[in-house]
Amino acid sequence: MKPVVIRLALAAAFAFTAQAASAQTLKTVKDRGTVVCGVSQGLPGFSNPDDKGNWTGLDVDFCRAVAAAIFNDATKVKFTPLSAKDRFTALQSGEIDVLSRNSTWTSSRDTSLGLNFAAVNYYDGQGFMVRKALKVNSALELNGASVCTQTGTTTELNLADFFRTHKMKYEVIAFATADETVKAYDGGRCDVFTTDVSQLYAEKLKLTNANDHVILPEVISKEPLGPVVRHGDDQWFDIVKWTHYAMINAEELGVSQKTLDEALKSTKPDVKRLVGTEGNYGEQLGLTKDWIVRIVKLVGNYGETFDRNVGPGSKLGIARGLNNLWNNGGIQYAPPVR
Amino acid sequence: MTGEREGPAARPRLAVLYNPKLRGIFYQLVLLAIMVWLGIEFALNAKTNLQAQKIATGFGFLDNTAGFGVNQSLIAYQESDTYGRVFFVGLLNTLVVSAFGIALATAIGFLVGVARLSNNWLIARLAGVYVEVIRNLPLLFQILFWYLAVLGALPAPRNAISVLDGVFLSNRGIAVPRPLFGEGSGLVLAAFAAGIVVTLMLRFWAQARQEKTGQQFPLGCAAAGLILGLPLLVMIAAGFPIGFELPQLRGFNFVGGVTMIPEFTALLIALSTYTAAFIAEIVRSGIQAVSRGQTEAAYSLGLKPGRTMSMVVIPQAMRVIIPPLTSQYLNLTKNSSLAVGIGYPDLFAVFAGTTLNQTGQAIEILAVTMAVYLVISLITSALMNWYNSRLQLVER
Amino acid sequence: MTGTTQTAYVAPAITAPLPPPIAVGGPVGWVRGNLLNSWSNAIVTIVSLYLIWAVAVPLINFLIIDAVWDGAGRADCLPEKVGHSVGACWPFIGAKFSQLVYGFYPWNLHWRVDLTFALGAVLLVPLMIPRAPLKMLNSILFFGVFPIVAFFLLVGGSFGLEHVETRSWGGLLVTLVVAVTGIVVSLPLGILLALGRRSHMPAVQGMCVIFIEFWRGVPLITVLFFATYMLPLFLPNTWTIDALLRVLVGVALFSAAYMAEVVRGGLQAIPRGQFEAASALGLGYWKTMGLIVLPQALRLVIPGIVNNFIGLFKDTTLVLIVSIFDFLGQMRAAFADPNWSTPVTLYTGFAFCGIVYFVFCFSMSRYSLFVERRLNTSHR
Repeated sequence: MKPVVIRLALAAAFAFTAQAASAQTLKTVKDRGTVVCGVSQGLPGFSNPDDKGNWTGLDVDFCRAVAAAIFNDATKVKFTPLSAKDRFTALQSGEIDVLSRNSTWTSSRDTSLGLNFAAVNYYDGQGFMVRKALKVNSALELNGASVCTQTGTTTELNLADFFRTHKMKYEVIAFATADETVKAYDGGRCDVFTTDVSQLYAEKLKLTNANDHVILPEVISKEPLGPVVRHGDDQWFDIVKWTHYAMINAEELGVSQKTLDEALKSTKPDVKRLVGTEGNYGEQLGLTKDWIVRIVKLVGNYGETFDRNVGPGSKLGIARGLNNLWNNGGIQYAPPVR
Repeated sequence: MTGEREGPAARPRLAVLYNPKLRGIFYQLVLLAIMVWLGIEFALNAKTNLQAQKIATGFGFLDNTAGFGVNQSLIAYQESDTYGRVFFVGLLNTLVVSAFGIALATAIGFLVGVARLSNNWLIARLAGVYVEVIRNLPLLFQILFWYLAVLGALPAPRNAISVLDGVFLSNRGIAVPRPLFGEGSGLVLAAFAAGIVVTLMLRFWAQARQEKTGQQFPLGCAAAGLILGLPLLVMIAAGFPIGFELPQLRGFNFVGGVTMIPEFTALLIALSTYTAAFIAEIVRSGIQAVSRGQTEAAYSLGLKPGRTMSMVVIPQAMRVIIPPLTSQYLNLTKNSSLAVGIGYPDLFAVFAGTTLNQTGQAIEILAVTMAVYLVISLITSALMNWYNSRLQLVER
Repeated sequence: MTGTTQTAYVAPAITAPLPPPIAVGGPVGWVRGNLLNSWSNAIVTIVSLYLIWAVAVPLINFLIIDAVWDGAGRADCLPEKVGHSVGACWPFIGAKFSQLVYGFYPWNLHWRVDLTFALGAVLLVPLMIPRAPLKMLNSILFFGVFPIVAFFLLVGGSFGLEHVETRSWGGLLVTLVVAVTGIVVSLPLGILLALGRRSHMPAVQGMCVIFIEFWRGVPLITVLFFATYMLPLFLPNTWTIDALLRVLVGVALFSAAYMAEVVRGGLQAIPRGQFEAASALGLGYWKTMGLIVLPQALRLVIPGIVNNFIGLFKDTTLVLIVSIFDFLGQMRAAFADPNWSTPVTLYTGFAFCGIVYFVFCFSMSRYSLFVERRLNTSHR
C-alpha cells in the first residue's frame, strides 16, 4: 500500500515540476534524446504549428538544426510554445534547452537575466502597417493617427520615442496579445499597426484582405533576433552559436542540400573543413566530425531555411535585405570554421 | 494513559495538559510560529530570487520615466512622465469608470427590479429574462461582446454615424461637443446654481403647505423653469457666452470635442448592465421583504401605485437592500479591473500590466495595486455603512 | 413622520368609492387584467412587445433561418456565395469544436479527457439528486477520489499514460478543470476558515478574518497575477511550478475566502442548543463540529455553494488574461484564424459561447433554486 501512495505523491509532485537548471545541457539533452526548444505560440514564417501540430518556420528550423547536429535526426526536438512574458523564465528555470523565439538581443537581457544570446539569425526592426486606402507613404505622415500595439514589449516604447522625436501626436491602444492587436487593427480600431517588420509580414497574412494593407518603408528600431541559452554552460552556448555560424558558412561556401554530395568530394580546403573531411572541428565542440553535413542534409543552409520560411519562396515574401550574406550586401557574417 | 499512575504529581500534569485555555494558547503559538516561519521563508526566497534575476527592489522606480503612451487620461500625461504619474492616471481611470458604472447600474437595477414586480405581466417577464440572461453569462464575455461585436461594428471615422452633426459614433469612439466657457459664462452657471437652490426651497415650502392644507404644488414644471429656463434666459441676455466645440474629422480621427474611447464605453455598458441584473434581484427581494400590508394600507389611503412605491415601499425596502447593494458596488469596482481584457487603461492595465512588464518589480507593484483595491473596498463599505446607519436611525 | 402633529391636513369628507373592477374571465380577462389595466400599462405592453419583436426576430433569423449549416471555409459563409444575407456560420464552430473543447490536447489522447468528463458526470449526477442513496460514499468519491483519478488521467506520465503538458490543454477542459478544482479545494479550506473565524482563539480568529477579508477585497485578476508573477518569487528557485497550477492555487485561495463566508452563514444558523447538547454529551470540538454542526450547516448552504460555483465558473474566463486559453480564450483565438474570417464569424462565436455558458450557469442556478425550495419546505 505504502509504496503506491508514495509513488502517487511523487508522481504528482514531479508532473508539475521541471528539473532545475543544469550546467551539462548537452549531456542532459543526449540522455533525454530530444532538444527542448522554446518557440513562439504561432507566428507564420518563424514558428507556426499547422492543424496537426507540425511546426514550421525559421526559428523552428534552427532548433531542428541543433537536433540534427547532435542526433543526426532533425525530428528529435520538442517544441514548447511560449508567450512573450514566459519565455525567459522558462529558459532560466531549465524547462527548455534553447529559446528560439524571435527574441531581441538587448544589453539588459544579455547581462541581467542570466542569459546568453548565441547569435543573430534574423536582423529585424520595428515598422508600421497601414491601410492602402489612407494613401500614406511614410511614417512621418502619421500625425494624429491611432496606433495598435502589444503591451509589455519594446515596441510600445519605441513607438512613443518615434512620435516624440518627430513631435507628432498619436493615440496608442495597447493589447495584451498579438492576436488581439491584429484583430483590433483589422477591425478598424486603429489606423496603424506596429511591431517588428518580420512580424508585420506574418500578421498581414491573418488579415481579412491582406492586399489592402501596406508596410511603410521606415524602420524605427534595431531588433536583432536570435537564439538564447542559459548562462554558465559554455559548451552548450558554443554548440548553439556554431550551429548558426555553420549554416551561414555553408551558404557562403555554396554548400546546400542539393550540392552536398559534391561538397563531400570537394578538394577546396575550406569546404573540406566545413564538411569534416579535414580536421576534427566537430569533435572539439563535443559533437561528431560530420555535424555540419547533418545540419545541411536534414535542414539546409541559412539561405535555404530563409527562403523556405520567410523569403520570396514563402507566403511572407520578405526580401533578404540585411539578412543577406556580408558579401551580398547584407550583414550576416560568420567566423570561419578552422 | 495517566490513569494507572496514582500519585499527587499526576493531577496537576493532567490539568495542565487538558486545560483548554493553555491548550488554546499553545495552538495559537504553534500557528503563529508557522506563520512567522512561512513569512521569513518567503522573504528569504524573494531576496535570493530577486538577486538572481537582478530585479531592483524598492519604490524608486516610481520616479523613473514611463516612456509609453496612455490613450485616456484625466490629468495631463505624456510619455516623459514618471511611473508614479502613470499610477494616478490609471487610478483615476478606474475611479471614473466605477463611479459612472455605479450610477448607471443603480438606475438600471432599480428600474428592472421594480419592473420585475410590475403587475404588467409582459414587462415583468421581460425584466426576468434580462436578469437571467445577464446573470448567467461571464462578465468578461459580455465586455468582449460589447467591445468586439457591438462597438467594433461601428463604421470607420470617415463614415461615422452623425447625430445632429454634433455627436459622431465610429469605431474610434463617441465624439461629443465640448462646451467652451467664454466671458460671462460665470453668470449662466450662477443662474443654474440659483435655479437649483430656489427649487429646493420651493420644494420645502410646497411640502409644508401640503402638510397643512393638502394642496399640491406643480413642482415639476416650476423646477424645469427654474433650473433650465433661468440659465437659458441669462445666456440669451449675456449673448451666448457658452459655445460648443464640435468634433471634426481631420486626418485620421476626430479632432476637438470630447471623445469617449470605445474601450471605456464597452466597459461601462458591460459593467453597469451586469451589475444591474444583480441589483435588480436585490431590489426585488428587498421590496418583497416589505409586508404586503404596507402596500395595501397605502392603497386604501388612496395613494397611487407609483407614490406607494416611492414613499412607502422603497424607503422600507432600503434597509434590506443597502447591505447587499454595498457588496455589488464593491464587485463593480473590483470587476472594473477586467478592463485589461480590452485595453482600457485602468489602474490594473497600466500599472499592474504595462508598468509591471517594463520594470519587472512584481512584488511592489502588485502589493500597491492590491492595497488600492482594498482601500477602495474599505472606503466604500464605510460610506455605505454610514448611510445605512443613518437610514436605520430615521426609521426608528 | 411629521404626520402626527395637529396641524396635519385631514380631508373634510370621505372621497367617493371607485366603481368595483369589472370581472371578466378567460384569456380576454387575463389580458385586460395583466397587460391593459391602465393607459400607462398599455403603453408599456406595446413597448415591450416591440422590444421582443426587435430582439427575437433578428436573433432567430441569425441563429436558424439565415444560418449556414455546412461548409468548409470562409467562402461558404460569404454573402456572395450564399446569395442572401448570412446569419450564423456554424461550420466555423464545427471546425473549431475540438479546440474549443480540448485545446491542443493531442488528438489521439482525447479519450482521456472524455473519460474524465464521463467519470465526473457519473459521480456528480447522483450527488445532485437528493433522493439518491449513498450520499457519503458518493461525496467521498467525488471530492476525494475523482480529483486524483482525473489528475492522473489528464496529466499522465505514469501508469503507462503519455505525459501531456498543461500548456497544451485548453478550451472547455481548462474551464472545467479550473472551476472543479476551485470548488473541490475551496470547500474544505473554506470550512476550516469559517470555523477559524468563529473560533475563540484570538490569533486564529484574527488570521482567518484577515485572510478572508483580504481575498474578498481584491479583484480575482490581481490574485491571478499574484499567483503568476509573485508566487514564483516567494518559492525556492529550484521549484518550477506549472503555469496552470499557479492559477489553480490562486483560484482556490480566492474562492476559499468566499466559501468561508457561505459556510459561516450556515454555522450561524445552527442554534446554540446543538453546541450545548454536544458538549453535554462530552463531545470535543472536532467531534461536535464534524458530527453535529457541519452536517446540518452544510446542508443549509448547498444553494450558497452552488451559487459560489456559478460565480467561479464564470470567473474562470479571467484566466485568459494570464494567457491560459479557456473556452472563451480559445474562441477568441479562433477569431484570428484567417481561414474563417468573415463578417459573421465574430457573432457566431459569441452566440455559441454565450449559449454554452448560459446553459451551464442557468441550469446550475435552477438547481440551486430547487434545493433552496426543498430546504425551505423541510424546515417548515
